Amino acid sequence: MSDAFRTASGGRIDRARRLAFTFDGRALTGFAGDTLASALIANGVHLVGRSFKYHRPRGIMSAGSDEPNALVTVIRDRARQAPNLRATQVEIYEGLTAISQNRWPSLDFDIGGINDRVSPLLPAGFYYKTFMWPRGFWEKVYEPRIRAAAGLGRVPEGPDPDRYLQRNAHCEVLVIGSGPAGLAAALAAAESGGRVILCDEQNEMGGSLIADHTSSIAGKPAAVWVAETLAQLTAMPRVTLLPRTTAFGYYPHNHLGLVERVTDHLATPDPGQPRERLWQVRAKEVVLASGAIERPLTFPDNDRPGIMLADAAHAYVTRYGAIPGGRAVLATANDSGYRAALALHEAGVEIAAVADLRQAPSGDWLDAARRAGLLVETGATVTGTTGRMRLASVSLARVDGEGGVGGTREIGCDLLLMAGGWTPSVHLFSQSLGKLRFDETLQAYVPGAAPQRIRVAGAAAGIYDLGSALDSGFSAGAAAAGGDGKRNFVVVAAAADTGSVLGSLPHDRDPTKVRAFVDFQNDSTAKDLKLAVREGFRSVEHVKRYTTTGMATDQGKTSNMPMLGILSEAQGKTIPEVGFTTFRPPYTPTTFGNFAGTARGEQFDPVRRTPTHAWAVSQGAVFEDVGLWKRARYFPQRGEDMHAAVLRECRAVRAGVGIFDGSTLGKIEVVGPDAAEFMNRMYVNPWTKLGTGRCRYGIMLREDGFVMDDGVVGRLAPDRFHVTTTTGGAAAVLNMMEDYLQTEWPDLRVWLTSATEQWAVIAVQGPAARAVLEPLVEGIDLSAVALPHMALAEGTICGVPTRLFRVSFTGELGFEINVPSDYGQAVWEAVYAAGIPHGITPYGTESMHVLRAEKGFIIVGQETDGTVTPDDAGLTWAVGKAKPDFVGKRSLSRSGMMDANRKQLVGLMSADNVTVLEEGVQIVADPNQPVPMSVLGHVTSSYLSPSLGHPIALALLAGGRARHGETLHVPMPGGRSIAVQVVPPVFYDPEGTRLNG
Amino acid sequence: MVERPARLPALPASVIGADGVTLSPAPDGARFVFRGPEGAAQAADEAWGTPLSRVACRATMAMGRAALWLGPDEWLLLAPGEEPETVAAQLAARLPGIGHALVDVSHRQTALILSGVLAETVLAGGNPLDLDIGAFPVGMCTRTLLGKSEIVLWRTGRETFHIEVWRSFAPYVCEFLREHMREFGG
Amino acid sequence: MLLIPCPYCGERPELEFRYGGQAHIARPENPAALSEEDWAGFLYMRDNEKGVHAERWRHVHGCARFFNVVRDTTTDRILGSYKAGETRPETLR
Repeated sequence: MSDAFRTASGGRIDRARRLAFTFDGRALTGFAGDTLASALIANGVHLVGRSFKYHRPRGIMSAGSDEPNALVTVIRDRARQAPNLRATQVEIYEGLTAISQNRWPSLDFDIGGINDRVSPLLPAGFYYKTFMWPRGFWEKVYEPRIRAAAGLGRVPEGPDPDRYLQRNAHCEVLVIGSGPAGLAAALAAAESGGRVILCDEQNEMGGSLIADHTSSIAGKPAAVWVAETLAQLTAMPRVTLLPRTTAFGYYPHNHLGLVERVTDHLATPDPGQPRERLWQVRAKEVVLASGAIERPLTFPDNDRPGIMLADAAHAYVTRYGAIPGGRAVLATANDSGYRAALALHEAGVEIAAVADLRQAPSGDWLDAARRAGLLVETGATVTGTTGRMRLASVSLARVDGEGGVGGTREIGCDLLLMAGGWTPSVHLFSQSLGKLRFDETLQAYVPGAAPQRIRVAGAAAGIYDLGSALDSGFSAGAAAAGGDGKRNFVVVAAAADTGSVLGSLPHDRDPTKVRAFVDFQNDSTAKDLKLAVREGFRSVEHVKRYTTTGMATDQGKTSNMPMLGILSEAQGKTIPEVGFTTFRPPYTPTTFGNFAGTARGEQFDPVRRTPTHAWAVSQGAVFEDVGLWKRARYFPQRGEDMHAAVLRECRAVRAGVGIFDGSTLGKIEVVGPDAAEFMNRMYVNPWTKLGTGRCRYGIMLREDGFVMDDGVVGRLAPDRFHVTTTTGGAAAVLNMMEDYLQTEWPDLRVWLTSATEQWAVIAVQGPAARAVLEPLVEGIDLSAVALPHMALAEGTICGVPTRLFRVSFTGELGFEINVPSDYGQAVWEAVYAAGIPHGITPYGTESMHVLRAEKGFIIVGQETDGTVTPDDAGLTWAVGKAKPDFVGKRSLSRSGMMDANRKQLVGLMSADNVTVLEEGVQIVADPNQPVPMSVLGHVTSSYLSPSLGHPIALALLAGGRARHGETLHVPMPGGRSIAVQVVPPVFYDPEGTRLNG
Repeated sequence: MVERPARLPALPASVIGADGVTLSPAPDGARFVFRGPEGAAQAADEAWGTPLSRVACRATMAMGRAALWLGPDEWLLLAPGEEPETVAAQLAARLPGIGHALVDVSHRQTALILSGVLAETVLAGGNPLDLDIGAFPVGMCTRTLLGKSEIVLWRTGRETFHIEVWRSFAPYVCEFLREHMREFGG
Repeated sequence: MLLIPCPYCGERPELEFRYGGQAHIARPENPAALSEEDWAGFLYMRDNEKGVHAERWRHVHGCARFFNVVRDTTTDRILGSYKAGETRPETLR
């Protein structure tokens, strides 16, 4: 437990709480408050990963969400393995297990490292250029190989056992980022009394102030001011503080996605807690105080472990007490680099040299550095580095005013700090469709015009000076809350500087041999970018995709601006002329669990069960999904398969009586003085003359003339219709009816109410149906005279009010009993008991399909596909031709709709009388014609008919009704074909004597 | 006359409790959707016993009955503990000749009561509306969504919500709320 | 997710709504009198505005009303809404 790389004291870690963790199996310790990155640094571990393409050894570059290199997998158990986490954001806990990625067999010895040595063979666009030839190789050789080698971490093997919740939240002001500007904004907004949400991706709030030991605010050390401000905010009931919460997406109308990591930092999470929570925030106003990201420098071999952003090194020393090296060199383009060098110097790190890229810098920090005895070279640059697993030396050289490089010397060191200036984090602003503006002084894009209700404050707006950042935050927060409050924070802090560099640093090396990395995660280099330009790529979006710069999981947080600088040089354009790439959500990688929330397993969708579902379960029914419904498909007995069960069920219905659950049928009650007129307009059928107590099979078209839905409609009273729809069509039919009623015919006095779930529907079908029901029914005469086919009556059954329909979808004598749903199971059980002496047999949807196919009854969505007219389906008899208009009528007389060669519903019988056709197969006249064949139609339904003992099929066939008697062919895979005979679509009891019985 | 069997509701009568929030089934009874123009609504004000709100998204309550505005010509009438056919007959008798639609939905849906200081928070797990008392005051009612299910949400008290849900969606809604009560010990 | 101003219920989240296509496509009084071409135009031809666009929405999980919304399709900014059957207000052009 050596703490060789820890400062003696200080920082935000809890030195009393030592935590054990492992990295690649190595047992290490850290302190509560450490990130995995800070704990590794404190243990002297700098090699933490291998790069994506060249497998180059990589270390920790940053201290935040911008980290491109230090990606790890954190493992809790087999199913809990989170890949590609940034070590700089992973908080350690007792027992944390982390492993490095993209290496085999080990981080120190990685076979994939061969890619690094053959790197001249792997230029930009390598994939596009190399794997083009030979053509057949892509699918069989290249793609599988590339797939095996590609990817970073591995996905966990089991289903995700964690829980994820979502929360909708509303607030007057959402403040993103809790640095100085964000805290001041939250304070100002909260004072208005409105609801304020303050979120920050870090575990601790305070942003840049967390590690600021030199500034003071309102006469207090920065840390004290932060603590007091947070205490003040916490005490306000309308303020919600969300640490460990990343605002990842900005959507229209100030709708933002935030992900809160609730338990990832805990050794033993409470199972009641979700792992993460997705906050969907609707904010009246947003204050974006997301800070700025430090830019790395682009020089040859700038990617070795030990090369780090200066601000990150500062954070490691001051916030975590972790010392990132023994002997350091600073390469800087601005003053803030000095702050890091001085903090390291104070912590005992030898600062071997400061290479300031500027020719004549000046200012407080430079003076302080000189006072501290640091050796500062101005007009200096880095031209290279050495060291394989860890930085060993840096080459510094002088740059003259014209960019000439000379006087190179090598300095031994294990740490190189890069300070290339700052890039405001405008990602979310850009996602909000805000316009970006290039600021020449800052050499950075800053927020411009904002179409949404968003204000940007502090470093995110390019305001780096502490006092100004606080002031800008406060006035943004006050304005967001509808006020005009201002506050001048009394601040003692070093003046901010705006120095920065874009583009690659000058060097005196062979430009064809050196690699200066721009996108560290995707291994794209300055050379790649220049090559892309030479090869003719103009648009920055194209260069980005060709070189993959900015396309890694860090989305180019550190690489985008350097890329623009290099393209600017290579294309001889200004930065604004180069343009920039689009910022898209998410800001950092976000788990799928977040978006799924509780929508998984049983709760993925509502599972709709009918009132008699439990009875069907008790009878061993096999269910099928129909939309969201569970429907009993068949009721197997004693080891029956579906085929045997269906055969038995169908025979029982034809010979005796069957019972079937039709509750899922859609039901709409159409009520009002104009109900019949409305029905006349909505359905193809005539309704005016339909008497009370009578039913009709209704067909509804879309305005384009194609069948949309069908169902039996009963007239309960002159002004009341009980309309049934298909199971899946219920909502769409009601929507379309409401559409016409509300927008086309608002003068009609008729109102619609969904009654689908009001009624349980029990179909009793078969020659014995009447005998079964008669003893149970009161107030209804079931005789064929009093209640003929297509009649309905109201009365009671088993003491329960019923709407009893005499209808048949089987071709047999049949009834459909509608009873209020809470009585459904009781009535079903009574009917079943009464039917036992008659051999009553429950049947499912599969038998229902077979029975109706024997009768040639269509199923919308099976025989129809949105291109079938009533005439195509053989339903012209249903159309009220005398009606002046109905929805879809005009379309039926369009020329294409009357073509005699349209596909029409026919029956098919296999010529061998044995083969059951597959549903969906195509029908041709000549099976020996060359491919592509001329297709005449397709099979829509196909079964072995239990009643007839041979296969039957329904099909849509071009000019089908004129082809009755013809023999056609169904080609099958393997060159075989099946001969079929075209017949009328009604196979069973074409006269309908059975259902009229 | 055969004796009528008991109603078998879509949800068991069990109560789910957590720290600061409780979910329980509401008593069943009679429910109707009433639709019609202003003239019919005026007649219904009298007939139903509590006036039908003409203000959008507001419910009224009197003598154990409630009328919830669902749309400009649509109200949900609730009469817990009453027999649907009896209520329907009474109501129909008092609305003669005025064009309207009265449809019995007593069995179409069921209801849950979510109450407690955390009720708002639990609902926010699946409902996108602003449930702050200022934005969703007592007496407000509306069709809306909870997760993937449509519901009618009615705030009957500072910390009490009445949730109407179609029968087959009730188990989903119940489980959805339970899942969001788990972190509070539910 | 858009925030859509329902003329009856006020601003509500998009989740509660269903899109209803371009507004002000009235069904012809007498479809039979239309030429085949005109009828096809009514059925199928719609504007594809880049910019300000009047469209129908239904507050299906709310008051269930169809109504009209004027929205800028490039920014998703909603200029306003009005009831079905009303003419588009001059202020929403």
